[in-house]
Amino acid sequence: MTGTKTQEQAVGLTQEGRFYSAERLHAMHGMMLYIRRFEEKAGQMYGLKKIGGFCHLCNGQEAVCVGMEEASEPTDYMMTSYRDHGHIIARGTNPTAVMAELLGRAGGVVGGKGGSMHMFDVEKNFAGGNGIVGEQVPIGLGFAFASQYRDDKRVSITIMGDGGVNQGAVYESFNMAALWKLPVVFVIENNQYAMGTSLSRASAETHLYKRGISFKVPGIQVDGMDVLEVERKMGEAIEHARSGQGPIIVEMMTYRYRGHSMSDPATYRTRDEVDEWRTGRDPIARLQKQMIEAGLATEAEFKQKDKDIKKEIVAVAKAAEAQPEPDLSVLWDDILTDEIPNAYPYPRQVG
Amino acid sequence: MAKITYREALNQAMCNEMERDDRVFLMGEEVAEYNGAYKVSQGMLDKFGPKRVIDTPITELGFAGLGVGAAMAGLRPIIEFMTWNFAILAADQIVNAAAKMKYMTAGQYNCPMVFRGAGGAAARVSSQHSQAFENWYANIPGLKVVMPSNPADAKGLLAASIRDNDTVIFIENEINYGDIAEVPEGEYIIPLGKADIKRVGKDITLVAHSRMTGYALAAAEELAKMGIDAEVVDPRTIRPLDEATILASVAKTNRAVVIEEGWRFAGIGAEISARIMEKGFDDLDAPVARVTGKDVPMPYAANLENHALPSVADIVEAARVTCNRA
Ligand SMILES: Cc1ncc(C[n+]2csc(CCOP(=O)(O)OP(=O)(O)O)c2C)c(N)n1
Ligand SMILES: [Mg+2]
Repeated sequence: MTGTKTQEQAVGLTQEGRFYSAERLHAMHGMMLYIRRFEEKAGQMYGLKKIGGFCHLCNGQEAVCVGMEEASEPTDYMMTSYRDHGHIIARGTNPTAVMAELLGRAGGVVGGKGGSMHMFDVEKNFAGGNGIVGEQVPIGLGFAFASQYRDDKRVSITIMGDGGVNQGAVYESFNMAALWKLPVVFVIENNQYAMGTSLSRASAETHLYKRGISFKVPGIQVDGMDVLEVERKMGEAIEHARSGQGPIIVEMMTYRYRGHSMSDPATYRTRDEVDEWRTGRDPIARLQKQMIEAGLATEAEFKQKDKDIKKEIVAVAKAAEAQPEPDLSVLWDDILTDEIPNAYPYPRQVG
Repeated sequence: MAKITYREALNQAMCNEMERDDRVFLMGEEVAEYNGAYKVSQGMLDKFGPKRVIDTPITELGFAGLGVGAAMAGLRPIIEFMTWNFAILAADQIVNAAAKMKYMTAGQYNCPMVFRGAGGAAARVSSQHSQAFENWYANIPGLKVVMPSNPADAKGLLAASIRDNDTVIFIENEINYGDIAEVPEGEYIIPLGKADIKRVGKDITLVAHSRMTGYALAAAEELAKMGIDAEVVDPRTIRPLDEATILASVAKTNRAVVIEEGWRFAGIGAEISARIMEKGFDDLDAPVARVTGKDVPMPYAANLENHALPSVADIVEAARVTCNRA
């Protein structure tokens, strides 16, 4: 990695031959930091019992969220598991709506019906937010199928975890995707653990990018703690899919700093291990360092930016909390599209 | 008798059976090193070692099928689903393989095994994680369906299920895991197919299973204040159903409300009320009422969730109407 300053003035930096403007770098950094602070706020709100149920934070994985978003087109489809706050925020969904969803408020992305695990935004082509491990993988394949069917060159970015990759439907999907050359990028967020199970305790082949070999799905491994590498390699993968060469697997090497969900004390890993990632490989600190070295920003500027973001998020939380709970009548909304009024069970009523 | 939790009671049943029968093993996600996602298998890895307490990858269909094969080969698997929501991925092995194996092989093979885990609504976990599926499995010949409502039943019924020579669908309740009550020590077996009268009364029969049994008992206390003496019957085994106990209760009270957390359409209450109508019609002074979850996927927002689930007040109201005291 080289921080290059042009002769006249610092306007960006180049990594592996790819140039990033200062403006773009600031945006990527800002989004990662925003997600980090958003998740911290969510954790806090959970502690205050304002958020209930399961809540999975993505602290540590921000470079994956942001780098992928940078590499994709807004028209590309994206779907993931329940660890979805960072992805949907990176996609550009209004963070107040995301926070409102976490709080079960009327203005949440799905009106308070889904909560943490079920963030959806059709306008941003973000199809969840899926609570059943592996569920989104064949669904992502379906989006890719629709893209091929209409020949509209949209790519399906289908994200799963290192645990989710072991579901049978994933392999059925690999095979169909390769067989029909569907435009799908299978992203494996390898954060080393599926709940309390480390990768090597659940997978015989721990190089997950190789999991497509017998299906002729190529795979690459990416440093998921380096937002620029994520952007670059994801860009190549998306291009591969978009150009009609079929599916590709991208294994993002990353780490979740927090427990699996809010109720997990994460005693299955050592402090040292967490520290190694957290202080040694943190994606936000890394980009900051690169930008400072390239003369694109100063420590003081980053401090101020952090302050501003924290302030913004306090405002977001406040605005979300000020929203009313959903109206009770919405309980009966959106179950069927074509309700049949005179047959039991009758729409919108008990008994 | 010691007071222990529902989860400890389940743990005791598994430990006792594993000590007694070395063909019994426990397999599932996070059951070993993590001591269970809900800590039901706490300490079992230490006690029995990794050969008998086995963590799996997240592959429900695969390890459910492994259980079926191991049972056919003579072992006694306990297959844990972290929750029954995830067992849907394994439904083929449960319904097409385990349930039918004895019949399809004319008795050459059978599947003596237990599929167990948390079912029903948990708190604030939305549509995919809050569902009652007992009626799905209760519809299938070849399966037994068991649902304990308190710690003692949890222990006695699980031990019986593990010893049973058929496939048992054992549905626990996440919200009940921390409930504490007296549980007999040592070996304790409650025969399958036997309902239990949890409260004796004379005016109306409340039939409720799993978490709803507690609701029915709470409703009975409210009803008592109104001068209605309710009897609470907990079927405990959903399939096969001890209808004799239910019918005897209705013969005494002449009125019944059937309560379940799940959806009404083709639910457990539909079956039980149909049996009361078929076999106890002459005993009835009023139509059998049902209290169920609303006919909607479970929403996340606290107020919506509350509204979707049956409440003690719903049971009281249904009982009052059934007793003409509305
Ligand atoms: C089919 C299914 N089985 C089990 C679960 C419970 N569960 C939720 S998350 C999880 C671990 C998934 O780990 P991974 O795929 O690595 O994703 P991560 O949480 O690390 O992002 C498990 C077992 C579930 N939601 N769905
Ligand atoms: Mg993981």
